[in-house]
Amino acid sequence: MTQQHPDSGITSRAATKVHTLSVLVENSPGVLARIASLFSRRGYNIDSLAVGPTENPLYSRMTIVIDVEAHALEQVIAQLDKLINVISITELDPVASVQRELLLVKVSTNATTRSQVLETVQLFRAKVVDVAQDAVTVEATGNSEKIEALLRVLEPYGIKELVQSGLVAMSRGLKPGLSTNTDSKG
Amino acid sequence: MSNDKKTGAQALVQALEDSGVDVMFGIPGGAILPAYDPIFDSKIRHILVRHEQGAGHAATGYAQATGRVGVCIATSGPGATNLVTPLADAQMDSVPVVAITGQVASGAIGTDAFQEADIRGITMPVTKHNFLVTDPAEIPRAVAEAFHIASTGRPGAVLVDIAKDALQMMTDYNYPQSINLAGYHPISKPTDGAIRDAARLIAESSAPVLYVGGGAIKSAAHKELLELAELTGAPVVTTLMALGAFPNSHPQHLGMPGMHGTVAAVTALQKADLLITLGARFDDRVTGKLSSFAPNAKILHADIDPAEIGKNRRADVAVVGDLKLTIAALIPAVKAEFKKSKPDLGAWWKQVNSWRERFPLAYDLPTDGTISPQFVIERIGKISGPDSIYVAGVGQHQMWASQFISYEKPRTWLNSGGLGTMGYAVPAAMGAKVGAPDTTVWAIDGDGCFQMTNQELVTCALNNIPIKVAIINNESLGMVRQWQTLFYNQRYSNTELQSKRIPDFAKLAEAMGCVGLSCDKPEDVDRVIQQAMEINDRPVVVDFSVHRDAMVWPMVAAGTSNDDIVVARSMAPIWDSQEL
Repeated sequence: MTQQHPDSGITSRAATKVHTLSVLVENSPGVLARIASLFSRRGYNIDSLAVGPTENPLYSRMTIVIDVEAHALEQVIAQLDKLINVISITELDPVASVQRELLLVKVSTNATTRSQVLETVQLFRAKVVDVAQDAVTVEATGNSEKIEALLRVLEPYGIKELVQSGLVAMSRGLKPGLSTNTDSKG
Repeated sequence: MSNDKKTGAQALVQALEDSGVDVMFGIPGGAILPAYDPIFDSKIRHILVRHEQGAGHAATGYAQATGRVGVCIATSGPGATNLVTPLADAQMDSVPVVAITGQVASGAIGTDAFQEADIRGITMPVTKHNFLVTDPAEIPRAVAEAFHIASTGRPGAVLVDIAKDALQMMTDYNYPQSINLAGYHPISKPTDGAIRDAARLIAESSAPVLYVGGGAIKSAAHKELLELAELTGAPVVTTLMALGAFPNSHPQHLGMPGMHGTVAAVTALQKADLLITLGARFDDRVTGKLSSFAPNAKILHADIDPAEIGKNRRADVAVVGDLKLTIAALIPAVKAEFKKSKPDLGAWWKQVNSWRERFPLAYDLPTDGTISPQFVIERIGKISGPDSIYVAGVGQHQMWASQFISYEKPRTWLNSGGLGTMGYAVPAAMGAKVGAPDTTVWAIDGDGCFQMTNQELVTCALNNIPIKVAIINNESLGMVRQWQTLFYNQRYSNTELQSKRIPDFAKLAEAMGCVGLSCDKPEDVDRVIQQAMEINDRPVVVDFSVHRDAMVWPMVAAGTSNDDIVVARSMAPIWDSQEL
């Protein structure tokens, strides 16, 4: 499928598409603000963002999910790469990587629905982490599709509260360029 | 470097000296005050400006005139926020500038303390990088890294914000012998493969244009550029940021492209089959409506910044690297390709020359006896000559100074190209004159621009910085007025400055310790310029009263295609049908 870039006569191969970037950054103050500022300034939309420590305390890893077409993705990567605190950027192929989100959801239950909810939780290999008179709190991890599917099934019972993490992801196997020992930028 | 105990402030000044700083522009204040004590004893020349914006533009002017890193220094809060405009300006034009700012004491950060502003957060989007230092031991490294980042790769603005207590505490001084930043490895040498592809593209083209941008000046690639131009025989256009990178007088030079470029330069880009893009960035002021820009051209894009490749226009061949090294590598590669076959540019030049002959840059002389602004600027260029440095503000006078002065050498034309900062000229000229004291420096300014930053003439007068300022006084915000004439039915909303009455620029200049001259007759123009040329012990300001309805032509209206260039009001070039 081809798509015309609106203002440059550029033809890019891929249509609008979700991309997962694994970004290794220096663990120093202001780095998150720099990345957020860059996305905001250049008009790129972040679908989700997760930041956490790595095996090396000098570095943090950000997993950024963005919805852009291929041409814009190249720009996002090139602009991110210009930030001095960004060490390396890798686009993770959804097939060749493990991608997980964490969901906590409080579902309304009563005497009749509780067992149905518990059954759903088991089916999705999620777990109940808190039980109250009229609600259960469910914890689930999985890729975005699984989390969405679980929510679809739970929705009819009544969702009282929901909190969800950004996506974290890691390539399968031993991939070079992802280690925190790398300085393979550029 | 031996370790020794210093205060953070002494470490800062020592680190600036060790980074090669010989001059800085600034104003003290509470948070930066500890640094001003060792500055008092330093060999670094500190020039006390009258407004921090002046310090920032002076650092930029110094850097643009010399190629070295310009340095400005200010206190926290308002001192720092006053640097935001010049930092954004320097960053947009890729000028190496380092700003040092004081910050409130580390314990007070985040409490809305007196004169506290989060200048690191504020300048994040307008700098190449910035630092907040709260540990005195980190000061030398931050300074060294700031200079490294500002001056390497694509140059830019870097800010180092230092908490007051870090300036006061004692520390061991260690200036880093080498800098290794894990996330910063600018590419300087282009790959052989890219050079080969680029050379092949050049050899296949029968209608190429060398589209030269400011990178040619930044990387001092002018000698290599001249050789490549003469080797290929291609027409050359130099953008607003590149004027002087290639001699105006050279027969292959078509002038400046873009919104107010020459018809030949604009049209050659439109009709070319190849743009050999050297350190330029397909800015909207050059391309006009992007989708109709150079529709049949392949794009060879050489730039040191990988993020510029494909940002606005897709490149057929991209060469990432320092432009001087890139062109030096291209020359033998192109020679080798030309041995196999050299394209004949005869038909292309015939076309290009016809545009050049039919639509030369020109202006009408007013019939009412008033002075033409273009004439004043042209005469200054002729009388002061190609060895002088010309510094413009932003607006009509800037465009005329780009059109009617012949630039022959790099770093002789300074202006605010990307950000378009009115008020740039006087402080930037001051910085240029400090960097090049033996060179005549002319600020070509508008009456609107001049009223934004003229207080730095006091700084010039007191510090023996004898710049020359030509005020092209049309009593209005001329470029905005021109747009009102063309696009807003001549409704001149808030563009009339009435500056022939108030202020009296000659008197204002005298009050600031300069020589103030006035000129309102065409026949006096040369004499007054000569008079200004002979004053070298003080700054001199000449108020040229000019015709207020003069307009900048040619013009490609914002958002329209370069094909719709207008030579003069309601006068579009009439093209042969084959040409369009």
